[in-house]
Formats: sequence, C-alpha cells, structure tokens
Amino acid sequence: MATQDIPQDVGGGRASLFYDPKVRGIFFQILVVVALVAFVYWIIGNTVENLKRANIASGFAFLNGRAGFDVSDTLIAFDSDSTYRRALLVGFINTLVVAAAGIVTASILGFLIGIGRLSHNWLIRKICTVYVELFRNIPPLLVIFFWYFGVLSVLPLPKESIELPFGSFLNSRGFYFPKMVWGEGSMLVPVALLLGIAMSWFVARRAKQRQMATGATFPVFWTSVALIIGLPFLALVATGFPLSFDFPQKSTFNLTGGLQIKPEFLSLYLALSFYTAAFIAEIVRAGIRGVSSGQSEASAALGLRSAQALRLVVVPQALRIVIPPLTSQFLNLTKNSSLAIAIGYPDLVAVGGTVLNQTGQAIEIVVIWMVVYLGLSLITSAFMNWFNAKMALVER
Amino acid sequence: MLSSHIKKTGNSLEKTEKGSWVMKYIISGILGAAALGLMATAASAGTLEDVKAKGFLQCGVSTGLAGFSAPNDKGDWQGLDVDFCRAVAAAIFGDGTKVKFTPLSAKERFTALQSGEIDMLSRNTTWTINRDTALGLNFVGVTYYDGQGFMINAKKLPGVNSALQLSGAAVCVQTGTTTELNLADYFKANKMEYSPVVFEKLEEVDAAYDAGRCDVYTTDQSGLYGIRLKLSSPDDHVVLPEIISKEPLGPAVRQGDDKWYHIVKWVYFGLLTAEELGITQANVEEMKASGNPEIKRVLGTEADTKIGTDLGLGNDWVVNIVKAVGNYGEVFERNVGQGSPLKIARGINALWTKGGLQYAPPIR
Ligand SMILES: N[C@@H](CCC(=O)N[C@@H](CS)C(=O)NCC(=O)O)C(=O)O
Repeated sequence: MATQDIPQDVGGGRASLFYDPKVRGIFFQILVVVALVAFVYWIIGNTVENLKRANIASGFAFLNGRAGFDVSDTLIAFDSDSTYRRALLVGFINTLVVAAAGIVTASILGFLIGIGRLSHNWLIRKICTVYVELFRNIPPLLVIFFWYFGVLSVLPLPKESIELPFGSFLNSRGFYFPKMVWGEGSMLVPVALLLGIAMSWFVARRAKQRQMATGATFPVFWTSVALIIGLPFLALVATGFPLSFDFPQKSTFNLTGGLQIKPEFLSLYLALSFYTAAFIAEIVRAGIRGVSSGQSEASAALGLRSAQALRLVVVPQALRIVIPPLTSQFLNLTKNSSLAIAIGYPDLVAVGGTVLNQTGQAIEIVVIWMVVYLGLSLITSAFMNWFNAKMALVER
Repeated sequence: MLSSHIKKTGNSLEKTEKGSWVMKYIISGILGAAALGLMATAASAGTLEDVKAKGFLQCGVSTGLAGFSAPNDKGDWQGLDVDFCRAVAAAIFGDGTKVKFTPLSAKERFTALQSGEIDMLSRNTTWTINRDTALGLNFVGVTYYDGQGFMINAKKLPGVNSALQLSGAAVCVQTGTTTELNLADYFKANKMEYSPVVFEKLEEVDAAYDAGRCDVYTTDQSGLYGIRLKLSSPDDHVVLPEIISKEPLGPAVRQGDDKWYHIVKWVYFGLLTAEELGITQANVEEMKASGNPEIKRVLGTEADTKIGTDLGLGNDWVVNIVKAVGNYGEVFERNVGQGSPLKIARGINALWTKGGLQYAPPIR
C-alpha cells in the first residue's frame, strides 16, 4: 500500500519496469501466491500418492457409512444406524452447546467477580481476589478433573440418590429432573413468550424516547418482567394448563424417565465457566479501572447514585476496553472445550477421534477438525468485531 | 472410601503432569497425517533392513493390560503380546531383548503403525475385514482367540446373572475398539437400551467403572479378567457368561512389505510348531541333536537348509525364538494361563491336536 505514495516516475521514464516499486511489489506477491499454491498442490498430491501406496482409502465418501457405535450425549436423534456424518454433527452440536453455555456463565460470573474485586467491602474484595488467583493459575484440565473426580464422582450411586425439591435427583450419574410434556394447544406459550419479549423491547424504546423528550422515567425493568413472565402464564391459563411432567424414577440400574444432565457435561461446563470467569474478571476490572475516575465523580456531581453511575456511565465506557480481550477469552473457552476427551464428553474432537479410529480416515478427520474450529473462531471474532464497532459508535 | 478417593486424585494429577495428553493426541494425529503426507516419494527400504539398521524392533503394545502387555513392578514389559514382540526380535537378532515398546491406546494404534512410528503392532487387536482393507494393515494370524464379555459388580447388582438382564444399564467402554461396535449391535439386536460411557484411555474406563459411574464393563473377555485384578475389590465382580462376538486377537503389520509380513507371520507359526514338536525353552539345546527330520528342519540343523535364509533370517531362527520366550504353550501359560494370576484355561487356544484352534502350516 505504501508504494502508492512513491512518485510513479522514480528512476526516469525509460528505466525498466523492474525498477518500478509497484510492478515489483505485484510481481513478488504473485510469485509468493504461485509458490504457495504449488506447495499445497505438491503436499496434496504427495499425500494422496502415499495413501494409495499404503493401501489406505481416502476421500470423504466414508461419511455416508453406518456409524455402528452409540454416543452418550445426543441432542439430535442418533443411534448406531446413523451415518458418520451425523455422528460428527452430534459432536459438533455438543461442542457448540458446552461452549455457548460456558461463555454465558463465564461472562456473568466473570463480570460479577470483576466488579467484586473493586468493591468497597473488604471481604468481598478478598474472596474475589482469591478466586481469580486460584483459577487463573490452575491448568483447565485439572479444573475439569477437580469437578469430575473430586466433586461429581463422590456423589452417591443411583440407589442412594440425593432427593431434591420438584422431583429432582442428584447422584454420581448426573442430575435428573422432571421433563415437561407439552399437551395440546401448548404452542400458544412460546408465542406468548416471544410476544412478551417483543413488547418489552418496544416499551423500552418508547420509555427512552419519552425520557429524552420529557425527562420522565418509566419502570421498564418491572414492566418487562411482568410481560415476559405474565403473558406465557396467561397463555397457560387460557389453554387450561396443557402441561404434565415426566418424573425420574428408580429402576434396576439407573433412574429412568425425566431428563438427565450427565456428569461429563456438568464437569466440563462448570470447569470451563469457572476457569474462564477468572480471566474475564480481570478483563472487566481492567476495563472499569480504565475509565477515568473523573467520570464517576462527574456522575456523582450530577446526582447519580453509585449503582446508576456504574450502569449508565462507567460500564458502557468500560465495555469498549473489555470487548477485544473478551473475544479472545471466548475463543479460548471454545478451544478448551476439546479437553472434553479427557472425561468422555462426546464433543467434536472425541467423536471425531472415534470416527477416525473406526474408519482410519486420519487426514480427512483432521481436516474437518481444523476447518470447524477455524470456522468457529472466525465467526466468533466477526461477531465480536461487529459488536465492538457498534459499541464504539455510542461513544460521545 | 477416603483412601480410594485419594488414590484417584493422585492419578489425575499424574495424568496432568504428563503434559496435556489431549493435545498430544491431537498433535500425534496431525503428525501422523503429516507423516503420511510427507513420506518421501522415493521407495523406503524394507522394514527388516530398517530394523536391522536401527538395531532394535519398535513394537506397539497396549498401555497396560495385564496378561497381554503391561509393565511389572520393575518397569519391564510383560505379557503374551510383549513376548510375541520379543520372539520377533529374537528371530531377527538372536536376542529377545532388542525390542522397544510403544504403549498405545486403542485410538492411537493404527495411525502409529501406518505412519511408521512402530514396526509392528502386537496389542490385543481384533482382526477385521475393515482393518485388513481400508486401514491398509495385514494381520499375520491369531495369537489369542477371544470374545467380548460383560462384567458387573455382583454385590451391587445381586440377581443379575445374564447379559440379557442389562437393559437400562450404563456401560463403560473404550473408544476406538470393536467393543463399542459389538456393544451397539448386541443391545440393538436384543431390543435393549443402554447408555454408553465412553473413554479414550484404559485407566479412565477402569476408574469410572470402579467409582460406579457405570454398571457394566465390557471388553474382550480376557481383558475383563486382567482388569478385574486391578479393581479395588476384585472378588465383588463377576464376568457374565455371554460371549457376544468373535475377537481374534493378533499382530499386524503395514501393507506393502511382503518380506516383513512373512517374517512376523512365521514367527507366530514357529512358536506353534515348537509346541507341537515338544520343543521347549529348557530342552531346545538337546533337541538340536535330535535325529527326527521334522525337528531338524524346524531347528535348522538339517544339512544345507535354506528355510531360515529364504525367510531373510538365520537358519536357527526357531532356536532363537524358543530360547528367548519358549514355545506358544509356554508363553500362554506364563502370561495368561496357570502360571499367571489370570488363570485362563487354554480352551480354544489349545493346539489343533488337543482340540483347539491353534494350527500352523508345515515348516518345510
Ligand atoms: N480387541 C478389541 C479391543 C481391544 C482393546 O483396546 N481393549 C481395551 C480394553 S481391554 C484395551 O486393551 N486397552 C488398553 C489400552 O488402551 O492401552 C479391538 O481390537 O478393537
């Protein structure tokens, strides 16, 4: 790019094209691209040739074959008659679920702890500091083992399950709770929920406009709560409670019925959340510290209470500092989710490994792994960049 | 309870110390793939020449399955599969100690062989058509005829005495095995439900089963006996009578090197033939003086014999094998039979002359 600033006639009009920095730049760029393509082409050709020589099948056709194995945690229908492709999809969805759940929990936890570290209360401050120092300095795999072997596996066996309220149970096989069985007409409930959310959003917008114009405030929060909980409840009443529960029950081996969250998922989810929260707490603290104290003082001078100042003045400015490093924490969490393999949670790496072994298609599976993790990372960064740009515009 | 818990935590600490083996696994997968990609286009020398040049045999074994391949208190590898590696080393070098072992999980074993990390695989591996074809391997024979079984804790599950009563159970199984495939087939065929609890490492499956994470442990029946010995209270556990599959376990080599394939295959037949002819570690020296033409042929004492050299070895190859590890029967009894804690009967692994399946083509 810098070459554009250089006058075109350097070296005089008659000088050979070779001395034109722009031409030369383009020439070398083309050369690098050609070399790269040739290199990749050579690698691929060589690989295919070698696989053929070793009599190892190659290509992605194996994905349509019958998997033949079962997967412990599946959110979409899957059994041993499904294809390898579907097995990989199951693993991919499991990765997404644990990463998404981890990101949400880690963010909330990290945010609270980060603010806690700045609290005026000595005890809260110390507890938060200890938390951060503890979890930041332990390798994530150890945190996973802590939850899996240290906490969840010492729970009692199914026969001596701990009974919890609402017909739930806790034992070393996981957490069991009643499954909601929706009857006829229950479609109205999610519709009402969506309606409630839409209306809340609308109310919030109007309230803001009104406040801008007249200065009068409106209890947006409580109105939203009423709408989002009240409307679905009304829908339930109107349709005559078409809801029943399937309770977990003890049987010969396990509890049957209801829904089960397995210890493998729980350990991984808790470990990733707790581990990443420590880093997010530090980022949040740095972000808040990065907003000059003049801002809070000015807010106080304007008569805002300290909670209000935090919410309306400090946090929005802190977010700008927080988002870029937060993105890399989200990416780390997603990548760390591949530690699942250590405790047998069937994420993409674990299921992919099984497929790799059963089919022997090492190169294909490694390519799938790389493409998927790269894709996830790029999508996350793209979203966070967009969010960052949006936040940056709000700056005044 | 407390002490077992401490033991477990110690275990996991140890695992982490070894470095993140998850990363190691992924990296080894990638390296394996890369190795396949980058193998020089020039034809590599034969495996026998490579092994001779190195001065030792690199043999892939399990990470620790009692009776087949597991390090003893002193850290020396022991077991039926291990002794087979030693037999191959003895046939090549006349010295059964010229072998190095690579412990491999079920999932790592084939990539390790394909990429050339090991010269041969001798790790309770089931011979299947898929492995023989799509995976580019060649199985040399069946060193142990096995079948898949189930183990339960009889104390916790009194009244369960058949695998057909297992519907609804949580089943611990190691990934990357024929075991997990047979398991799915068996429960499907019998219209039973189960929830798989799947781990990659043997020690994780063992720990999970011992801690009660699952009701049932399934793998090759011989493996169950070996694993039971390591549980916290072995006597509480019983192996159910059902055998749900055929698991012919045997050593494998890469395709494309017939000479090497023949050597490994005939070492196996050599072990069997020695037993058939009554040649043992104790009497092999005396046997060399035998006038029996068959024994002379096998031990290479026949005048101007070419049997060993045609194979690419010395003519005393069987002598070396038997001196190093004994004959097949001795290897069996020492590692999994009456001379071992496993006390497995010869059963179908007896010689064909004794009603078993072990049978070697003639050495002539
Ligand atoms: N024979 C089966 C299963 C062999 C197998 O891996 N069994 C397990 C459980 S007994 C084992 O030996 N693991 C030892 C290890 O991972 O090191 C196969 O070839 O797929």
